[in-house]
Amino acid sequence: MDVKGWVRRAAIFLAGNAILLFARFVTAVQPVWAGSAPEQRQRIYFANHTSNGDFVLIWAVLPRHMRQRTRPVAALDYWLTTPLRAFVGRDVFNAVLIDRRPEMRTEDPLEVMLAALDAGASLIIFPEGRRNEAPGGLLPFRSGLYNLGAARPGVELVPTWIRNLGRVMPKGEVIPVPLNCTVSFGAALHVGEGEGREAFLARASAALAALGAPAAPGGTGGGAP
Amino acid sequence: MNGPASGDLFVLLLAVAVILIVATVIGRILRERYSPDGTNAVVENLYSRILAWWGMVALLGLAFLAGRLGVVLLFAFCSFAALRESLTLTATLRADHWSLVACFYLVLPFQYWLIWTDWYGLYTVFIPVYAFLFLPIVAALRGSAENFLVRVAETQWALMISVFCISHVPALLTLRIAGFEGKNVLLIAWLVFTVQFSDVMQYVWGKLLGRRRIAPALSPSKTWEGFIGGTLTASVAGTLLWWITPFSPAQAFVMALAVTLLGFGGGLVLSAVKRDRGVKDWGNLIAGHGGFIDRLDSVIFAAPVFFHLVRYFWASA
Repeated sequence: MDVKGWVRRAAIFLAGNAILLFARFVTAVQPVWAGSAPEQRQRIYFANHTSNGDFVLIWAVLPRHMRQRTRPVAALDYWLTTPLRAFVGRDVFNAVLIDRRPEMRTEDPLEVMLAALDAGASLIIFPEGRRNEAPGGLLPFRSGLYNLGAARPGVELVPTWIRNLGRVMPKGEVIPVPLNCTVSFGAALHVGEGEGREAFLARASAALAALGAPAAPGGTGGGAP
Repeated sequence: MNGPASGDLFVLLLAVAVILIVATVIGRILRERYSPDGTNAVVENLYSRILAWWGMVALLGLAFLAGRLGVVLLFAFCSFAALRESLTLTATLRADHWSLVACFYLVLPFQYWLIWTDWYGLYTVFIPVYAFLFLPIVAALRGSAENFLVRVAETQWALMISVFCISHVPALLTLRIAGFEGKNVLLIAWLVFTVQFSDVMQYVWGKLLGRRRIAPALSPSKTWEGFIGGTLTASVAGTLLWWITPFSPAQAFVMALAVTLLGFGGGLVLSAVKRDRGVKDWGNLIAGHGGFIDRLDSVIFAAPVFFHLVRYFWASA
């Protein structure tokens, strides 16, 4: 009997659920399906990046069967630095780990992500590349989103806006403040035929920014019991 | 359930269950007639509201069953969820991080600990005085003057609404009323029933007869017909329940009128805040209803005044 493997799977299961429970307790996170439906399709969710907990929230609002096939793309040079981070990043989140340091790389990040897509996974990426602390606009997108979309045209590119998480835990703070968060999923994009890199990235950035523009969210009709 | 209140509480819960069964049957009939394919938004919303009511009543019943600790913990959690909702709508900055951390992890638990230990002299002034003075100091120490008055005022308001006011519901358990020993949980049951029944009947009368809007800019669903019909119906219901309270029938009517009028005011004020911030609901945790504050708005305004009226006129020291 593979006791060690069994213990490991139990630890992964417990840690994953504990993280989800904590995230829900602090943020009461709710999905807003504004153009995409919660359906099992192969997707790349591209999201704004304001906090280290970003992909946990996306994960938390996806239905279980979709969550199991959705892998965040994360920095190997961050997640493999300590055994605990490695356990959480590689085992619990099942992250696709890519090295941000060109001089240390043994594999091309694009190839690593394409391999994960070809194995059937959906991905979560943050095309701004680093955490955006300025309120307001998005940082310029990196090219990865375009390269992935052009190489695998059948995969849906879904803009995903995480609202409020940057206020829950601003960079440099250790204790999260509970505030309600939402994750909005917009209509899927595809790289158009003959569409250039700049044009597509501008279109993708505009779609994500439009999703994050303040608008009155849907409600139940106000005031009634 | 045991103790002197159990019989009365059982009758009240039974009556609520009967009301909910009737509502569920009506909801299903409406659904079959007007929304067989689930596309009539009003009917679907009504039905999910009714189902959520089952859950809320069950939760409150369980808390009553668990006794004083259950009630204090339930309302502490309501305060937590309400504070999370109300601070979400404020214009706080990074510089407020430590005062917000203090709201959640110090002020809220301490207020409920004071309620638990029955420290009346402190739980009535802790947030209006100590938090009021202490939190702006913490915010000022972070050094940002940007929007300062708005930020500290909004934070204080969120605390008063979400923690101070809601904590006066479990505080009813600490009152000592001669001849009513061990039955204080019935005060909570009566208050919550009367105020929430008023909300429900305002909705029903408004949907049936509502014509003249009271404040169209604040709340499109509040009409004079609904307001008068709802508060009167609920006041009569509260009067008919006088036997579970320390009140005479006439006193029960006056108290019911007071809490339903305050409850109406709470709904109006908290609607105004939502309109100001451009949202329709405070949250979306309670299916069909919105957030915790959407459901508790009337109780929030009624509870502190009800507490002090009962304490002044009925309690002994």
